[in-house]
Amino acid sequence: MALKKVRGNLERMFDKNLTDLVRGIRNNKDNEAKYIAQCIEEIKQELRQDNLAVKATAVAKLTYLQMLGYDMSWAGFNVIEVMSSSKFTYKRIGYLASSQSFHADTELLMLTTNMVRKDLNSQNQYDAGVALSALSCFISADLARDLANDIMTLLTSTKPYLRKKAVLMMYKVFLKFPEALRPAFPRLKEKLEDPDSGVQSAAVNVVCELARKNPKNYLSLAPVFFKLMTTSSNNWMLIKIIKLFGALTPLEPRLGKKLIEPLTNLIHSTSAMSLLYECINTVIAVLISISSGMPNHSASIQLCVQKLRILIEDSDQNLKYLGLLAMSKILKTHPKSVQSHKDLVMQCLDDKDESIRLRALDLLYGMVSKKTLMEIVKKLMVHMDKAEGTTYRDELLSKIIDICSQNNYQYITNFEWYVSVLVELTRMEGTQHGRLVAEQMVDVAVRVVAVRVFTVRQMALLLDNTHLLAQPTAKMADVLYAAAWICGEFAHELPDKQVTLESMLNSRITGLPPHIQAVYVHNILKVFSKIIESTDEDQIPKICQLLIDKLPQFVCSGDLEVQERASSALQLVKLVQKQVTSRESSSIVEIVVSLFSGEMNPVAPKAQRKVQVPDGLDLDSWINEPPSSSSEEEIEEEIRTKVNDMFITNNTERKPSHEPTDEELVKLREARRQEQALNPHYLKSVSNPVTEVPITPIDLSVPLIIPEQKKEEMKKRKDKVASKMGKGKKKKKKHKGENDDGAGDGTEIYVNRDKGEMPDGAQDSGDEPSDMRDVDDPHRALDINLDEPLREEERLPVLEHRSSEKAGKSRSNKSKEKKKSLMTVPTTDFWQGDYQEMPTTKNEEVTVKKKKRKTSTEKSGSNSKHSTKPEGKKKRRDSERDNSVVGELVPIKEGYEEAVGISTPSKESQVITSTISTTAHQPSLTNLAKNKVLNIVS
Amino acid sequence: MIKAILVFNNHGKPRLTKFYQYFTEDMQQQIIKETFQLVSKRDDNVCNFLEGGSLIGGSDYKLIYRHYATLYFVFCVDSSESELGILDLIQVFVETLDKCFENVCELDLIFHVDKVHYILNELVMGGMVLETNMTEILSRIEEQNKLEKQESGLAAARAVSAVKNMNLPQQFKEMKLPDLPQAIKDLKF
Repeated sequence: MALKKVRGNLERMFDKNLTDLVRGIRNNKDNEAKYIAQCIEEIKQELRQDNLAVKATAVAKLTYLQMLGYDMSWAGFNVIEVMSSSKFTYKRIGYLASSQSFHADTELLMLTTNMVRKDLNSQNQYDAGVALSALSCFISADLARDLANDIMTLLTSTKPYLRKKAVLMMYKVFLKFPEALRPAFPRLKEKLEDPDSGVQSAAVNVVCELARKNPKNYLSLAPVFFKLMTTSSNNWMLIKIIKLFGALTPLEPRLGKKLIEPLTNLIHSTSAMSLLYECINTVIAVLISISSGMPNHSASIQLCVQKLRILIEDSDQNLKYLGLLAMSKILKTHPKSVQSHKDLVMQCLDDKDESIRLRALDLLYGMVSKKTLMEIVKKLMVHMDKAEGTTYRDELLSKIIDICSQNNYQYITNFEWYVSVLVELTRMEGTQHGRLVAEQMVDVAVRVVAVRVFTVRQMALLLDNTHLLAQPTAKMADVLYAAAWICGEFAHELPDKQVTLESMLNSRITGLPPHIQAVYVHNILKVFSKIIESTDEDQIPKICQLLIDKLPQFVCSGDLEVQERASSALQLVKLVQKQVTSRESSSIVEIVVSLFSGEMNPVAPKAQRKVQVPDGLDLDSWINEPPSSSSEEEIEEEIRTKVNDMFITNNTERKPSHEPTDEELVKLREARRQEQALNPHYLKSVSNPVTEVPITPIDLSVPLIIPEQKKEEMKKRKDKVASKMGKGKKKKKKHKGENDDGAGDGTEIYVNRDKGEMPDGAQDSGDEPSDMRDVDDPHRALDINLDEPLREEERLPVLEHRSSEKAGKSRSNKSKEKKKSLMTVPTTDFWQGDYQEMPTTKNEEVTVKKKKRKTSTEKSGSNSKHSTKPEGKKKRRDSERDNSVVGELVPIKEGYEEAVGISTPSKESQVITSTISTTAHQPSLTNLAKNKVLNIVS
Repeated sequence: MIKAILVFNNHGKPRLTKFYQYFTEDMQQQIIKETFQLVSKRDDNVCNFLEGGSLIGGSDYKLIYRHYATLYFVFCVDSSESELGILDLIQVFVETLDKCFENVCELDLIFHVDKVHYILNELVMGGMVLETNMTEILSRIEEQNKLEKQESGLAAARAVSAVKNMNLPQQFKEMKLPDLPQAIKDLKF
């Protein structure tokens, strides 16, 4: 019986290796999940066994299952066990598993520190190799700090294989432990001139990665790279160097001038397309950085464009793609030289490859001029009809709008045409860009007074036309938002207000998204006010009746915003009807009209933010004591937010608030106007002479920016005067922002191309300098000046080898130090508990020693080469050194016992000191500080 | 930097996944799925670059891939890598696989995914290109395999004793003496 069991176990053990698992999964295609669940159970069993071979197989199987999406983090402990094996076979399995499943936040990582350190110092270079490969995948900040010094040491290994891996590893260390960068940098720099080309290439790789994010700190390396570039023939490295130069040249134009010649030579000579391409890219970068002053400047551009044309014309789609990509870079600074290849770009628009079409589209953006715009857009519209994929169609749509609206409609000569294009675009089904089109419509309607009549008519047609209503879920419905707003705002331009009003009251509108309905309701009122203003009083009750009949459908809306607006509108209309029919007061019409009088003007996107806090106003202090209920300010705030939120997407969460009745509203508005009139920080009310309103002069040297996002948001009713000022500005500024590229058709249209209005006293600061990088980007921390000499406290946390650094100067102190250190070693073992839980067997190489720690052992002679300082510092080799243990104790980790026969230099217990803090030797150390870091030996 | 290396077949089944940035297993599967959908719908005669998927990277990242018979080799890289360079690297990778497995086919990758990982580790480390010279790569792999062979030679003798050890605690458990294995463990110290 027992024997059977044994045999069963035996079979299982021998049968289910990785191959069997894979085969099993393939044979159980129908119930794969069940089979795998069963396998995982078996793996759990196997991991419980003491045989490391079995465990290794189990871990290997888990690694395979991980690829299929199964979590293996629960086996972290076992992975570490397998990693710690002295056998390379198992170690490799373990490290592979760790690299696939561990990550920087894995808590178990702290158990690996000493094991990894042991492997890094192993005699067998492949032990260190696999350890480095895996470590690069899961290194954490703690590991980086603790192992930085060991990896640094490997930089001077005699084996190029290890040097190469260590160099790459250093980059990962820098990311996690930026303090290591400065101490390690001199050595990294040496590696740029390593005799082994692989190491050299790795070092170039690392410096390129570092420099890409913080180029200015690496300018001093330019000469080294320049030498490498002119001497090396390793294309991989050349590509990296040339890419690096591309990042450096914007900071140092002189470098660019020096580069042009060798790069041009390379372009002519190389046969490798990849290198050629990168050369062209960097030449472009150089030419961008030195925009003038080069004699053969245009020759280089011509060369680049010529070569790119060859690439684009190539039958290889990859080259075509890259050619277009590079072309778009030239376009930014030298549009003229690219524009001559318009034929080619247009041809690429017809390419069957979507990537290429998209690239060509990018190029088109810069190729338009006043003359070509209409033709290009027409072509794009045709493409859009043909395009099958929605993503490509969306891309086309947004490109058309980009192209047309660039530089505040710089290239548009005929706005009626543009409005028609926009209307045409609304017929595109299934696109995501309805809002974009809507914003454009509003923008054009507000900015271009000349075509306003036309726009309003088109919008009225859109409102009449129900094709947009037919698909209320489509994003294009957003266009109705714009249409309703434009028709409401410019209701006086409407051809037939009554018809528009009726179409706005169409019952199908209740199927639209709530934020659109809300705008409808509001603009119905505007149209209404315009109608009652112009018709005679007998007609008014009829119109009121129409509204009173139709508005309740909005009052019934499930959306609060719509409901709220509809009921106040309804009440207002009822009031008007009552007042007009009873003829109590004829002024009601005027009052209603005055609600919506005034004109809107674009406000600068940053205006809201730029409103200055007046002196002596403390926004944090209470104006009234807190527990007052809805005070006036709150109501006012409420109203303001409503006005401001143009695209209220979802209001369902809005709290039901006290809605002031119409009278109250009017009163409030009046009160606010009063207040504003007294407040010097508001723009003055109508009665003031226009000239007195201080308006920030607009600096025309600043490129005009389209206030893109929801500029409408900021338009405020109260800025009546500002609107008048705006008109004045418009005339002053006509066409100043345009390039005179020759489209001199007689019809000049005044387009308000302002940045928009800014609050009183605020300056337009242009783009605020902001660090574009993500807050989480580790490269932020790596923005470190590398040219400063190292300071004393900047040393890497090192395994204690202090005596070596003192170079015998303080031998007499050693014993004292040693005693001191022995006293500070804590007696409780930090990790002991953890290790005890790990099942251990006699077969296992990792035997945890309890309570026993060798605090110092004789250092085995290090065979690692010392760094050769460029200044010609003597190599120092301190092979016999005591490892005295000093300083603050950072967690002490248990040492591992070696497997018999393998000796590694790291047999001593490892105590980490973060800085040198002993005061006695400070002066003598200061001089050595710099060298010390370079010559850490272990 | 290379952010991820994915190898999957024409049906989207992963054959090798290597992420140089942490993603949860679920996320990894989603990325594989999305990448497959992006790549598989492309004709063979279109370009090998693809502006990134939504899950991995963002605008700075590109997918660079090659399609060999039944397998897609996809590298997700950022702008610091040369596009054509990565295409070459994929070629080097595949040629190395071909040398190591002697006429590599999908089955080799299926059954020896660990070996494929070891080979890949000689080309790319932590998202950075480690070595591109094929002879150097091959000799490194060869040496490590030799090391493994030596060990398995030694291990044969130990295997017998290993088997014995392995079953001991198992048997104890079946005899329902839960305390014993612990005791035995303690004895070993």
